[in-house]
Amino acid sequence: MSDVVLTGGTVLTPQGPEDGDVRIAAGAVAEIGTNLDGAAVIDCSGTWIGPGFVDLHTHLREPGHEWKEDIGSGSAAAAAGGYTAVVAMPNTDPPTDAGHLARYIADRGRRTGLVEVVPAGTVSLGRQGEKLAHLDELSDAGVTVFTDDGDVVADAGLMRQALDYLAGRDGIVAQHAVDTGLSRGGSMHEGAVSSRLGMYGIPAAAETVIIARDLELVELTGGRYHVQHVSTAGAVAMIAEAKGRGLRVTAEVTPHHLMFDDTALRAADPTYKMMPPLRSSEDRSALVSGLQSGVIDAVATDHAPHAAHETDVPFEHAPNGVIGLEWAAAVVNTIAGLDMVAFFDRMAEAPARIAGIAGHGARVAPGIPANLVVFDPSVEWVPSDTVSQSTNAPYFGVPLQGRALVTIFRGEVTARTGSVPTEVS
Amino acid sequence: MGPNESRRVLDAGDIGRATRRIAHEILEQNRGSSDLFLIGIHTRGAPLATRLGEAIEEIEGKAVPVGCLDIGLYRDDLDLRPKTRIGKTEVPEDLDDATVVLVDDVLFTGRTIRAALDALSDLGRPARVQLAALVDRGHRELPIRADFVGKNLPTSHDERVTVRLSETDDDEGVWIERGGTA
Amino acid sequence: MNHFLTTEDIERADLDSLLGEAQEFVDVLGRPIPKVPALRGKTVATMFFEPSTRTKLSFEKAAKALSADTMSFSPGTSALTKGESLKDTVQTIRAMGVDLMVVRHKATGAAWRIAEWLDIPIVNGGDGAHQHPTQALLDCLTLQQRFGALDGVRIAIVGDIRHSRVARSDIFAFTTLGAEVTLVGPRTLLPSDLEGWPVRATEHFDEVLEELDAVYLLRVQAERGGTSVFPSLPEYVRRYGLTRERYARLKPDAAILHPGPMNRGVEIADAVADSPRSLVLNQVTNGVAVRMAVLFRLLGGDHDV
Repeated sequence: MSDVVLTGGTVLTPQGPEDGDVRIAAGAVAEIGTNLDGAAVIDCSGTWIGPGFVDLHTHLREPGHEWKEDIGSGSAAAAAGGYTAVVAMPNTDPPTDAGHLARYIADRGRRTGLVEVVPAGTVSLGRQGEKLAHLDELSDAGVTVFTDDGDVVADAGLMRQALDYLAGRDGIVAQHAVDTGLSRGGSMHEGAVSSRLGMYGIPAAAETVIIARDLELVELTGGRYHVQHVSTAGAVAMIAEAKGRGLRVTAEVTPHHLMFDDTALRAADPTYKMMPPLRSSEDRSALVSGLQSGVIDAVATDHAPHAAHETDVPFEHAPNGVIGLEWAAAVVNTIAGLDMVAFFDRMAEAPARIAGIAGHGARVAPGIPANLVVFDPSVEWVPSDTVSQSTNAPYFGVPLQGRALVTIFRGEVTARTGSVPTEVS
Repeated sequence: MGPNESRRVLDAGDIGRATRRIAHEILEQNRGSSDLFLIGIHTRGAPLATRLGEAIEEIEGKAVPVGCLDIGLYRDDLDLRPKTRIGKTEVPEDLDDATVVLVDDVLFTGRTIRAALDALSDLGRPARVQLAALVDRGHRELPIRADFVGKNLPTSHDERVTVRLSETDDDEGVWIERGGTA
Repeated sequence: MNHFLTTEDIERADLDSLLGEAQEFVDVLGRPIPKVPALRGKTVATMFFEPSTRTKLSFEKAAKALSADTMSFSPGTSALTKGESLKDTVQTIRAMGVDLMVVRHKATGAAWRIAEWLDIPIVNGGDGAHQHPTQALLDCLTLQQRFGALDGVRIAIVGDIRHSRVARSDIFAFTTLGAEVTLVGPRTLLPSDLEGWPVRATEHFDEVLEELDAVYLLRVQAERGGTSVFPSLPEYVRRYGLTRERYARLKPDAAILHPGPMNRGVEIADAVADSPRSLVLNQVTNGVAVRMAVLFRLLGGDHDV
């Protein structure tokens, strides 16, 4: 490993943004200064240099669904987007409900060597929603985020048990807040567009009834609770209120919910089919404000690859979800107008803190592991391809502002302007 | 004549005289107007048929039934043409055993007349069908000829013949224009 | 026009000219030889993934009256049940040399997607609860034959509008032609969000009955997808059925329409269904004519004027 020097950027130090150069050696940040020199010099003028992004919500699809994505291609997409760590969702086949499965995933990530793959564990055994998964084993294997994502933890009793148990082990329960009864038969937001299309919709209440119930349980247990992919103005208000009362609640929002609303669905195009669905323009505004104010702590991609033959079907039959690792930072920069400090907080610091991932999401200072991103906030570009195995993205052809130019993982450059030079294993 | 120049070859007066002459010829050939039907082919054949009907009524003292035919549904060259709107087809009475005189403004390749004959055969069984054309510009692609012609106008293929009538346009006459096909 | 998928964005001038041509086709269908050679050599495929007898037959008759050849697809006997995707199915049929496809499918937007995948004109024969545009055309034609121009004509659409593609197509077509449309039904059967719709809506049929020029009745089912949408059929008849008593209170020249098939004794009383004010059979005849107009518009000619 040779020295890499990043010159001329604005560096996010523990004291705040400072113009300067960063020298990296032996996998760590060696020094921050001016006029630094080294074996490999990368001109970073006009860019922000900060902690590599951390994604709280990625579907790597391995084991079990490798025709959509695997840990190799998913890691490459993450690196291309400026990420150095991702939390891998456990709705794999088999689902990550036991320690050895978590260890397998982490190991695969290590051997690929492009990002830190942090496995999440399920809340319930087999994601069946009935009994607790092997939470103790998972915890011992390093799992801190527990979720049945893809499905809601519907049973209040089970949710209470999980919150209670994990409070003692400093784990966090992340909820996919979509009530099954209210969402039955629906494939898009219940509103003006669903009414025009004659399609069953999923009302905003499907999200808020679950959060309302869960917040009572958070209060009862004192546990840690995280709301995944917030989509409604109502939820944002509830989260603000809960935080105000001192409950240990955090929340994430996806880039696609920040950028699009249900008018994107007027032509019933499966490209915009997600769960939770894209909602009204009022909901979208509330999400953007929520992220700006910090009520929503983090951006999480919910990167959900699906093969082309699966999405080339009528809307109702299409699977939910879009990929997003490569463009999340650009979308957030284009839509939310965050300053450098807030940007890195939502994209890296807060996610790392919520998931308890050491060595990532830290401000740049000598001695920290070199997991960094060089982000140009002004470059304008239009996405046209992807390194993911799947191509189900709503961003092709959409003008964006901002791009991760260099991603550095453990001191090695893993991506330059969207391309991943390292051979993926 | 230079490119895209047009010259008028018939004026309103010429059209009026030709119409009256054709009316006389029709009556002479058919020995009067009994069982006679005039059917104009859209678009400009229709007003011409009406004018012929009026001329015949003036000469004979009795009216002759006049109808119109749209051949849009019978063309054999639909794929080569822009999409057309369908016009009215109105055939006032029973055509069976009648003498039908089809009336059109310009006789060219003959394909319009072929389509008109197909359309006519779906509407009834006339005893005979004759053809009156205001202008015959030659270049037939099918074995079709006019029984009554207002004016023979030899043209080259790249010339365009335009007919305007006061019922459908705001001028009256026949023009030849170089640099188009019609 | 490359496809005929929805009435939501059709311009009035287009609609008027299409209806004018449809009326010409009504005349063609009345001739001793009700057939023209306009689409000879073309093949029209009816792809009905959702069962239907009347609409399918109507399209087939329309194609044949234009001298086109027809090909018919229905799901029960096909590879679709063996797991072939919709895209593969339609591409296979297209490869057999089909010039136009009429598609009916339970999934909203199916016709839109097929129009993206194939290079031939697509006609939407009904997608989910979204649109059934040729039904709207024949309804407009039937009403025009009765009333002339529809400006200011008061039409009520009564019944399960929420789940009706016929209603959605009619609403946009009728209002484009200047009619005043009122939706009548219980709240559970009206669309969930009516913002921006060019209509009035009411749950009280009796309050609007006497001002109506036309009543358009929709077929009603008490259960939809396993949940009951209103208490009972007798309750529905009492509040929304076109009973003999309501019929008597209608304007003497008011017209009655129904897309069929009728639930006699539910949305429409038996005697009323056969009354002289019912235009239901005209609707059926006009159905063939409007479908001829649509097929001719899409296939009769190489490019748009």
